Amino acid sequence: MNAGMFQPWMILAILPEIGLVLLAALVLAFDLRWHGKKAHRLGWLTAGGLLVLMALSLIFARPSSQPLIFGGMLRMDSSAFIFRMVFLMGAALTTLFTMDRKSANTRGEFFGLLITATLGMCLMAASADLVMLYLAIETTSIPLYILAGYLIRDQKSTESGLKYFLYGAVTSTVMLYGFSLLFGFAGTTQIYAIANQIKSGSLPVYLPIMAALLIVVGFGFKVSAVPFHFWAPDVYEGAPTPVTGFLSTASKAAGFSVLIRFFLAVFPEYAPTWIVMVSGFSAASMILGNVVAITQKNIKRLLAYSSIAQAGYILIGVAAGSTLGIAGSIFYLVSYLVTNLAAFGIVELVGRSVGSDSLDAYNGLSRRSPALALALLIALLSLGGIPPFGGFIAKLLVFAAAVKAGLVWLAFVGALTSIAGLYYYLNVLKIVYLYPTPKDSKPLVFTTPWRIGLAICIVGIILLGTVFGPWYSWTSIASTSLF
Amino acid sequence: MQFPLLSVIIFLPALAGLLILAFPESRKNWARWTALGFSVVDLILAVVLYLLYNTATGNYQFIERVNWLPALGISYYVGVDGIGVPLVLLGALVVMCGTLVSWRIEERPREFFSFLMFLGTSVLGVFCSLDLFMLFFFFELAVFPKYLMIAIWGSPKTREYGAMKLTLYLFIGSMVALVGALAMYFASGKNTFDMLELEKAGFDTTFQRLWFPFVFFGFAVLGGIFPFHSWAPDGHVAAPTAVSMLLAGVEMKVGAFAALRVAIMLLPDGARAWAPLIFGLATVNVVYGAFIAMIQTDFKYVIGFSSVSHMGLVMIGFATLTREGLLGAGLQMFSHGVMTALFFSVVGMVYDRAHTRDIDKLGGLVQKLPLATLGFIVGGLVSMGMPGFSGFIAEFPIFMGAWKAAPLVAVIAILGVVITAAYILLVIRRVFFGQASPSLDLAHITGISVQDKVVVVMLSLIMIALGCFPSLMTPILETGVDHILKLVGGA
Repeated sequence: MNAGMFQPWMILAILPEIGLVLLAALVLAFDLRWHGKKAHRLGWLTAGGLLVLMALSLIFARPSSQPLIFGGMLRMDSSAFIFRMVFLMGAALTTLFTMDRKSANTRGEFFGLLITATLGMCLMAASADLVMLYLAIETTSIPLYILAGYLIRDQKSTESGLKYFLYGAVTSTVMLYGFSLLFGFAGTTQIYAIANQIKSGSLPVYLPIMAALLIVVGFGFKVSAVPFHFWAPDVYEGAPTPVTGFLSTASKAAGFSVLIRFFLAVFPEYAPTWIVMVSGFSAASMILGNVVAITQKNIKRLLAYSSIAQAGYILIGVAAGSTLGIAGSIFYLVSYLVTNLAAFGIVELVGRSVGSDSLDAYNGLSRRSPALALALLIALLSLGGIPPFGGFIAKLLVFAAAVKAGLVWLAFVGALTSIAGLYYYLNVLKIVYLYPTPKDSKPLVFTTPWRIGLAICIVGIILLGTVFGPWYSWTSIASTSLF
Repeated sequence: MQFPLLSVIIFLPALAGLLILAFPESRKNWARWTALGFSVVDLILAVVLYLLYNTATGNYQFIERVNWLPALGISYYVGVDGIGVPLVLLGALVVMCGTLVSWRIEERPREFFSFLMFLGTSVLGVFCSLDLFMLFFFFELAVFPKYLMIAIWGSPKTREYGAMKLTLYLFIGSMVALVGALAMYFASGKNTFDMLELEKAGFDTTFQRLWFPFVFFGFAVLGGIFPFHSWAPDGHVAAPTAVSMLLAGVEMKVGAFAALRVAIMLLPDGARAWAPLIFGLATVNVVYGAFIAMIQTDFKYVIGFSSVSHMGLVMIGFATLTREGLLGAGLQMFSHGVMTALFFSVVGMVYDRAHTRDIDKLGGLVQKLPLATLGFIVGGLVSMGMPGFSGFIAEFPIFMGAWKAAPLVAVIAILGVVITAAYILLVIRRVFFGQASPSLDLAHITGISVQDKVVVVMLSLIMIALGCFPSLMTPILETGVDHILKLVGGA
């Protein structure tokens, strides 16, 4: 225990988190000063600030030899480190995509909330204590509820925010009940101490299973896996598009970061039980997500169901429960981050210019802007798992992990459902490339920050799919740190 | 360091593809000439590869290896054996011919030629892969060019259906094969995707018998094996000419090649156990494909089903696991690739001018398109297995091998050749000779362009040359066959 007690160097380990708090304050202060007039600057400030924090994180806050800090509250290991980079990246890209959106004109709050949610996510990935974990999850969720309902004059957006809030509140209560069970029997809130007690067999046998069942509700909600997915399509559809992008990538990654840490750390003894559970969720997510997505007419709903399916693929790696599987899941999350942000970035641009998110708005997009169509092609094919894009390697890694762990059936479910996936991605591409452009189509409005954001995403997708050596070794280090 | 010949051959088309995408939309001729220039250079390099391949030493040559992901044993690992060399030549040849026959495409030529080039890189990459991961990488790389080229530039009525059907069929096949390949990776215990290592892995017989069908049939879907062949005619017909040429001419060989390289060569015990089933299905391919081809009224469907029929012969050659059969299969892959590319290019030339592919509405075209007619007749003679043409030297050894391994198969499959002769002669008579149908305005039909002539003459000459001098190719193929026989332990 003493090893975790406070020492000055620990401040450095959470420097990026402190930076996030300061950045949020800074953004709000400048918002007051600029009075929403020079609002453009706020976006640059946020994106630039996040970039600086990434650099700080690389220089000062690398995982140390003694990861458990602040009395065992946080565990700043490689996994927390990698996830932090992912969240900061996701937030920065989301900022770039949002900056020129007119309807988000009270911007200071928007970016402030975004930064706060990111702070929560960073802490989620590092939490090693039930109380800390719960606080981190709520710090993430509450700003996201507000962001989802940010467009207060838009009925769909307010509905989205409210729905998200209600689902989130209920699942978080159930999860909290699971936490309290664990605490009640183990007498400690520290995850790794609870793990030791379970290992020593001093707890009733059924207890961890019950707790795991309750807790998975909360985590399943965050990652939008079946059967906790009902909120996703409505919330994704109604929320402002960049927020949807953020929800489907960074927020999902945050959910996975705690899911992976929690199950590996607390319940390793019960692995056979929860592997069955997780593979069930995984198969159900892949099947339901991919099949229902086929009939969608709205691109955001389509991507919502696709996102449920992708959660299923990521869960394959978790179900495999090996270092390869977890590395595959993390790689998948990284690749999914850039891919889905690119997709939602394009949806945002089209929605902003054309004023519609229906698939009809994409008719003949390739004639209006060949480059944009090509970017969409890259993003969708990466989601479908086609080389030379990141999604291919990610799928291959999780399938490989499943085969290695003897879950060949799960790999087959994944392989076969990905065909349905390819079908609807190709359908979108068909609309983009094949259908005639409507005569009264409005011009697409490109802006500089948006271009930068999309360029980063596309380069990321291709890099992940071709030069995958370094990224894989990072995710593999992160995965090893969790065992 | 030696000149990385294979890498240059593989990536030259992709480079051209990227370059073409960077051109301004209005510069249509830039796209054409760049595609042509790069594909000609690629073909020259493929010929150089063909000439430099040392048949005395055999085995894998021109090997290049760079670590890609050492932790999982993935490397960029290319090299060719005697089976791969002719296919690389075929791939480069058909890509170049495809560029030539697409010269007059006016609808978004920039994207068209760019995608065509990516497709070229994909097929060439598969033929050169010695790493299982890389093989899949290149295999799947073909998905988007194939889909988009058929969907955008295909024949308006069926393109959406044909493109989607083709893409999904092939994707299903490759995903099933992928799971099988992963099973092999872990069962070998060697932590490597290196196929040369996996050849020596010595999987136990139960494992081989269990996984062989997944891998073999997964890939054989792309080879057009019955009952997974129906994507082929629909896809070929829906596709624009150049893509039909590449699909039937080269992509189907990619499927057959991958089935050979991954399933038969790495799981030889499985191959022996499952050979009877392959014989059965492939025989259905040959006979059924030919029958269906005969009753088609659409000119292009005739050729589409003839591909199904001919690919059946390749599969029969594989299943014999004998020297003759494998040699014949290797020759048939090359010969059929050239032949069907020629067929589809002539079909395209006819359609572009007559604006119909209905055999009943065509006729008498020899007056206006003498060279195309001649090319089609040469292709027809190859298709029937006439001596003096490459079809004969390919089919004859296949039947010899089949006679040794399964005489009944040989007898039934020869029936397919007879039917082939029937439908080819029928088509030649009704499309090119005889009376022009009243609806066809012969007077307005223009001659074929210089580019088309180059394609027809070049492809015809190659088939005649190979038919007259089989020794142009057999020594190379034999080294490849030797290696396979060593693995499967056959005679």
